[in-house]
Amino acid sequence: MIQLLTPEGELVESAPQQYRDIAASLTDDELRGFYRDLVLTRRFDAEATALQRQGELGLWASLLGQEAAQVGSGRALRPQDYAFPTYREHGVAWCRGVDPVNLMGMFRGVNHGGWDPNDKNFHLYTIIIGAQTLHATGYAMGVQRDGAVGTGDPDRDTAVIAYFGDGATSQGDVSEALVFAGVNNSPVVFFCQNNQFAISEPNEKQTRAPLYHRARGFGFPGLRVDGNDILAVYAVTKVALDAARSGEGPSFIEAFTYRMGAHTTSDDPTKYRLSAEVERWKLRDPIERLKAWLAHEGKADRAFFDAIAKEADDLGADVRARCIALPDPAGTDMFEYVYGEDHPVMVAEREEFTAYQSSFEGAH
Amino acid sequence: MGDATTATTAASTANYPVNSTMAKAITTGLRASMERDPKVILMGEDIGKLGGVFRVTEGLQKDFGEDRVVDTPLAEAGIMGTAVGLALRGYRPVVEIQFDGFVYPAFDHIVSTIAKMRARSLGHVELPIVVRIPFGGGIGAVEHHSESNEAYFAHTAGLRVVVCSNPHDAHWMIQQAIECRDPVIFYEPKRRYWDKGEIGPAPSRGLFEAATVRPGTDVTVLAYGPMVRTTLQAAQAAEEEGTSLEVIDLRSLSPLDMDVILESVRRTGRCIVVHEASTFLGLGAELAAQIQEKCFYSLEAPVLRVGGYNVPYPQSRIEEDFLPDLDRVLDAVDRLMAH
Ligand SMILES: Cc1ncc(C[n+]2csc(CCOP(=O)(O)OP(=O)(O)O)c2C)c(N)n1
Ligand SMILES: [Mg+2]
Repeated sequence: MIQLLTPEGELVESAPQQYRDIAASLTDDELRGFYRDLVLTRRFDAEATALQRQGELGLWASLLGQEAAQVGSGRALRPQDYAFPTYREHGVAWCRGVDPVNLMGMFRGVNHGGWDPNDKNFHLYTIIIGAQTLHATGYAMGVQRDGAVGTGDPDRDTAVIAYFGDGATSQGDVSEALVFAGVNNSPVVFFCQNNQFAISEPNEKQTRAPLYHRARGFGFPGLRVDGNDILAVYAVTKVALDAARSGEGPSFIEAFTYRMGAHTTSDDPTKYRLSAEVERWKLRDPIERLKAWLAHEGKADRAFFDAIAKEADDLGADVRARCIALPDPAGTDMFEYVYGEDHPVMVAEREEFTAYQSSFEGAH
Repeated sequence: MGDATTATTAASTANYPVNSTMAKAITTGLRASMERDPKVILMGEDIGKLGGVFRVTEGLQKDFGEDRVVDTPLAEAGIMGTAVGLALRGYRPVVEIQFDGFVYPAFDHIVSTIAKMRARSLGHVELPIVVRIPFGGGIGAVEHHSESNEAYFAHTAGLRVVVCSNPHDAHWMIQQAIECRDPVIFYEPKRRYWDKGEIGPAPSRGLFEAATVRPGTDVTVLAYGPMVRTTLQAAQAAEEEGTSLEVIDLRSLSPLDMDVILESVRRTGRCIVVHEASTFLGLGAELAAQIQEKCFYSLEAPVLRVGGYNVPYPQSRIEEDFLPDLDRVLDAVDRLMAH
C-alpha cells in the first residue's frame, strides 16, 4: 500500500521516490488548500446529514472518512478532464467547483441531478451501482477519437476518472468497463474507494483477492493507496492521470479507506459492524493526519486552522440556507425534459394534467 | 410439491389469526416455506446480517444459516444467473431484488433464460425461482427506488407475476409462489410494508385468483398492490356520494383472472383500471383490450385507466402529482357515470 504520511502525520521515507517527489513539489499554498478542501467538504457533508435529520433532505449519503480519497484524487484532475461519480463523491464535486447545494437537490427530491455535467466536467451522480464505469470508459474512447491524448499539450490531453465502491466491483458492468478500457487502451483511471462496506456487506462478501489485483488480469496496472493519506492519493492519481493523458492507457487505483458513518441516513450500521472497528479507524482520520504534519512542518499555524474552521461554519450556514430555499418543482416539470422533440403522448398528458390540476382551483 | 393453485396446508396448523405488518407477514411466510422445504434458499444483497433494507428477511440467517440465507455479492445478474444453476441442481431460490429499479442487470437472465427454460427443454427442466421485488413509489425516495416495472415481466411468456396488497395475502402468497413449479415474479408494495392487518388461516384461494375485496354495483375498479388501499378509500368516498364501486384486487397479473373480472364488468357495465405504473402499454391496456373483446355489449362506457403519467418516475417533491390517488379515481368514476 502506498503511503506518504503516517496516521501520526510523519513522512514515510521508504515510499517510492516518484510519489515522494510529487508530494515534495506541492507548494505550501497548495497543501493548505488541501486542508481547506478537506475541512470544508466534511463541514457541508455534516450539514447535509443534519438537514436530513430535520426533514429537509429525504436522504443523504455521507462521505465521512473518505475526504482524502476524494479531494486527493479530485485535485489531481485538470479542467479538461472528466469525472464520473457515484452518489457519494461530494469531495470530488467540491474540487470540480460544483456548488454543494446542487448536490443536495436530488436528496431533497427537487430534481434527479440538476447540474449541467458539461459545465464542470462532472457527470451526474449515478445510483445504479457500477454503471458509470462503462460511461466513463466510453467517454474516454471518445477522447481518443478526438485526438485529445498523447499530443504533449497539457491543456489538451485529457483523462477520465471513474469513481466506484468496493461493492461495485462485483457488478458485471465494472468488469466490462475494465475489458473495454484495456482493449482500447483508453485514457481512464478506475478509482475504487474501498470503504470496506457495501451497505452491510464487508469486503469478504465481494472478493477473495485484493481489489487492485484485478487490473492485472485486464492488462493494466493497479495499486493500493492509503485512502486516508491525501498526499499519497494525490501523487498516485496524478501519475495515473498523466499516464492516461499521454496515451499509456488505463489504470486502477484502490483507495483503502473506511466509511465512518452509516451507508446513508436510512441505514443502521450497528446491525452489522462493531463500534470498536470504527474507533480504530478514527485514529486514521485523514484531516487530523494532514493537520499534524502541516503544523509540525510549520506550513500552517493556529490562526490558519482557526480561519478555516470559521470559513467552514460559514459554509455550513450558507449551504443550509440555500438548501432550504431550493424552489419546489412544478408538477408539470415531470413532462418538461423527457424528449427533445415533440411527443404526442407527452403533449396530451401535460394538457390533461394541467386541466386536472386546475379543476381543483378555488375548491378549497 | 403442492400445486400452487390450491392452498398451502402444511402451515395451517399454526395459530392463526395473527396480527402482522405486511413486511413481517412475508418474513413468517418465508420462514414457513424454509421450514417445510430444505431446498428453499434466499439470496440477495444485505438480506443476511442486516435482514434486508426493509428487514423482510430479519432473523432468518440466524436461524437457517448462511447457506440458506445468502448475502450475495453486489451483482444482480450474478444473483439471477446463479439462481438458475441452483434451481437446475434442485434448489428453490427465492431472490430478493433490493429495489424495483435494480432488477434490470438481472433482466437478461429472467427473460432470456428463466422464462424460456421449460419450453426449450420440452418440459424436462423447470426453474421454480421466485424473484421478490419491493416496488412502487410514495416513500419520498431518490431515483430508481419507486418504479413499477411489472408490465415488462407480465409481457414475457413463461413468467408468472403476482402482487400482494395486504398482510394476509402476502403471508400466504409468498408460500404459494415458492411452491409453484414455474418462475414467479413476486411484487411487494413497499409503501404498504408497514400496514398492519390480520393473517387468517390458510386460504382456499389459489395464487392466481383475483379477490373481490368490496362488492358493488355501479363500477368495477381493478387494482393491485399499493393501489388496492387507495381504491378502497375511493370506494368509501364514492358510496357517500351515492355511487357503488366494486373493487377487485387482481393479485395475479400473469395470468389474469379474467373470469372474475368479466363477471363483474358484465354486471356493472363500467370499469376502471388503477395502477401506479405508466398507463401506456401498462396492465390497464391489456385489461381494457380483453374487456372490450369479451364483453363489449355489456359496457355502458369505455374502460378507463388511472395510472402514472408516461414520464420517468419524477423527483419525490412532485411524486404525489404523478401517483394516482383517491381524487383521480373519483374523477374517473365521475367521467364514467356521465355516460
Ligand atoms: C444495481 C444496483 N443494485 C443495488 C443497489 C443498492 N445499493 C445502493 S448502494 C449499495 C452498496 C454500494 O456499495 P459500494 O459499491 O461499496 O459503494 P459505497 O456505498 O460503499 O460507497 C447498494 C447495494 C443499487 N444502487 N444499484
Ligand atoms: Mg463500499
